[in-house]
Amino acid sequence: MGQITLQGVQKSFGPVHIIKGADLEIADGSFVVFVGPSGCGKTTLLRLIAGLEDVTGGSILIDGKNVVDTPPAKRGLSMVFQSYALYPHMSVRGNIGFGLKMAGLRKDEINRKVEAAAATLNLTPYLERKPRELSGGQRQRVAIGRAIVREPKAFLFDEPLSNLDAALRVQMRIEVTRLQKQLGTTAIYVTHDQVEAMTMADKIVVLNGGKIEQYGSPLELYERPANLFVAGFIGSPKMNLVTGDSAAQKGAATIGVRPEHLKIDRDGTGGWQGTIAVAEHLGSDTFLYVDAGPLGMLTARYIGELSLHAGDRVSLVPDPARIHRFDASGNALRN
Amino acid sequence: MATRQTQFLARSLLTPAVGLLFIWMIVPLALTLYFSTLHYSLLDPGSESFVGLENFRYFLTDPAFLASLQNTLVLVGSVLGLTILLGIPLALLLDQPVIGRNFVRLMVIAPFFVMPTVSALVWKNLLMHPVSGLFAWLAKVVGLTPVDWFNDVPLFSVILIVAWQWLPFATLILLTALQSLDEEQKEAAEMDGASAVSTFIYITLPHLARPITVVILIETIFLLTVFAEIFVTTGGGPGLQTTNIAFLIYSQALIQFDVGSASAGGLVAVVIANIVAFFLVRIVGRNLEA
Repeated sequence: MGQITLQGVQKSFGPVHIIKGADLEIADGSFVVFVGPSGCGKTTLLRLIAGLEDVTGGSILIDGKNVVDTPPAKRGLSMVFQSYALYPHMSVRGNIGFGLKMAGLRKDEINRKVEAAAATLNLTPYLERKPRELSGGQRQRVAIGRAIVREPKAFLFDEPLSNLDAALRVQMRIEVTRLQKQLGTTAIYVTHDQVEAMTMADKIVVLNGGKIEQYGSPLELYERPANLFVAGFIGSPKMNLVTGDSAAQKGAATIGVRPEHLKIDRDGTGGWQGTIAVAEHLGSDTFLYVDAGPLGMLTARYIGELSLHAGDRVSLVPDPARIHRFDASGNALRN
Repeated sequence: MATRQTQFLARSLLTPAVGLLFIWMIVPLALTLYFSTLHYSLLDPGSESFVGLENFRYFLTDPAFLASLQNTLVLVGSVLGLTILLGIPLALLLDQPVIGRNFVRLMVIAPFFVMPTVSALVWKNLLMHPVSGLFAWLAKVVGLTPVDWFNDVPLFSVILIVAWQWLPFATLILLTALQSLDEEQKEAAEMDGASAVSTFIYITLPHLARPITVVILIETIFLLTVFAEIFVTTGGGPGLQTTNIAFLIYSQALIQFDVGSASAGGLVAVVIANIVAFFLVRIVGRNLEA
C-alpha cells in the first residue's frame, strides 16, 4: 500500500515561502509526476514527502498515518537522487544492500534480495564493480535497484534522468515506467521536462511558484488546461496565446490554440495572416514560425512534409473546437 | 604539448628552473657525501684526511644511534596517531553549522602559524613548568603533586607539543574533505535508515581515507626532522631520552664538532626517510590511486 495525502503542506526557508499550501491525493500504485519550471518548489515538495526537510505547516499522510514527525527511514519510502548518490567505495552489491544491512537483515537474505533486484535491472554481471566503473545508465539502474530492494510504499524520483544523454533518457524513461507498472508501487517523479511528464505519468501535478496549478491526467492537462500557465507549459511546441480583438470576438481576454490545431492555408484570406520567419522540416513534421504582425509570432505544426519556406505568406485558421479561452486573470473559461 | 615545436618551447622554458633546482639540491648532497668520507673535526682544522666508510661505522655503531632511531619512530608514530584521532572529531565538529564558525575555525588553525621555537617556549615556560606552569597550578588546585614534565615524561612532553602544532593541519585537511562529501550521499544513507554512527562508519570514514593518507604522508616528512621543539625544551635529554636522528646529527656536528660523522649521519637519515616513505606508500599509498 502506498497512498499519500498532502493536506495544506507549507514550507518556508526563513521569510521565503517555497510551498504555499499544497493539497494532493495520490492513489496507491499510481505514477505521479511533479512538473514545473526551475524554482517552482517541486523538488522541495518531494523532499518534504521524503522527510529530508521538515514541513512548516500542514500534514503528510502515508496510508492514513501522519508522518510529519517520522524520520525519513521510518516512512517506508525510497528515493532516487539526481546525482544518484551512490556510495563510491562500495560495490554495486554493497550499494543496493546497504539499506537492508542497516535494517539488520541476515546476510543470506540480503544477498538473495540484492540478486533478485539486480536480475530485474540486468545488473547481475556488475554486482562486484564499483560505481566509478559503470556507465551513466548503469549507475542510474543501481540507484533504482537501491530503491526497489527495500520494497517501499512509494518511490521518490528527483530528476533521475537529467544526467543522461538524450537517447539513453528515452530508453530509461520506458524502463522506469515499465518497472513501476510491473511492481505496482506508487511513484512520485520530479522533472522539469514536460515530455517526461506527459509520457510517464498517470497523473501530473503542475507546480508554479510554490502552488499547485493543476492536477490531472496528461490528456486532461493537454485538452483542458485550467489556466494560462498550464496551457503554456504543457505541450511542445508551446500553445499560441493571442490577445486583443480575436480573443474579444470569442468573449475572452486571451485565447490559446495549439500549433497542431492551426490549419495552414497557402493562399487563403481567412484566419490569421502572416509571413513565415523560420520553417523547420523534420520529415515527420513541419514547424512554421509565422510573423503575424500585431498578433506576434505564431507557431504552426503540420504532420508530414509541407513545402513552404521562409518568406512565404500563409494564413493560419484555428480549429474552432480546439480554441482555449481564458479570462483576464488567466483562468480557463468553460462553455 | 601537441606539436614538436611546443614541446621544444616548453622544455627550453623549463630548463633554467629545473637546472637551478637541480644544482640547489645536488651541491649540498655532493658536499655531504664528500665530507662523510673525511676525518673532519672543527676542533682540529687542517687535519682532514680520507677515511673511507669509517664515519658510517662510527655513527651506526654509536649506542646513541639506535636509541635516537627508536625515539624518532615513537615520536612520528605517536604524533600521527594523536593528530588523526583528534583531528577527525575536531573536523566533524567544525563542519557543523554553528554561530561564529569562521572565527572558531581561525582559532583552531592558529597553532599552525606559531613557529616551533615559540610554541615550544610557551609550552615549556608557561604550561609545563613544574613551578610556575599552568598545568602545575591546575594540579595543585585539585590537590595533586605537579608533574615535572620534561624530567619525568620527556618524550611524551615533546610528543604533546608537536602534536599540538600539527593537529590544526590534520583538522584542516580533514575538514575540507568533509565539506566535499556529497550532501546527497548523506541523505541517501539517511533514507536507507543509517544512524549517525553508521553513516560515519560506512560513508564518512571511507570518504576520509584519502585525506588521512595525505595527512600521514605529509606529516611524516616533517616529523622525521623535528628539531626546534627538542632543542628548546629538553636539549635531547635527560640522557638520550628525547634525542631523535635530527638532534643526534646536530649534536655530532655542533656539540662534538665532528663534521665527518655528522655528514654520515645525515646520509643515514636520508636512507631512513626513504625506507619509511617506501613502507608508507606501500601501506597507505594505494588510497591515492584514482
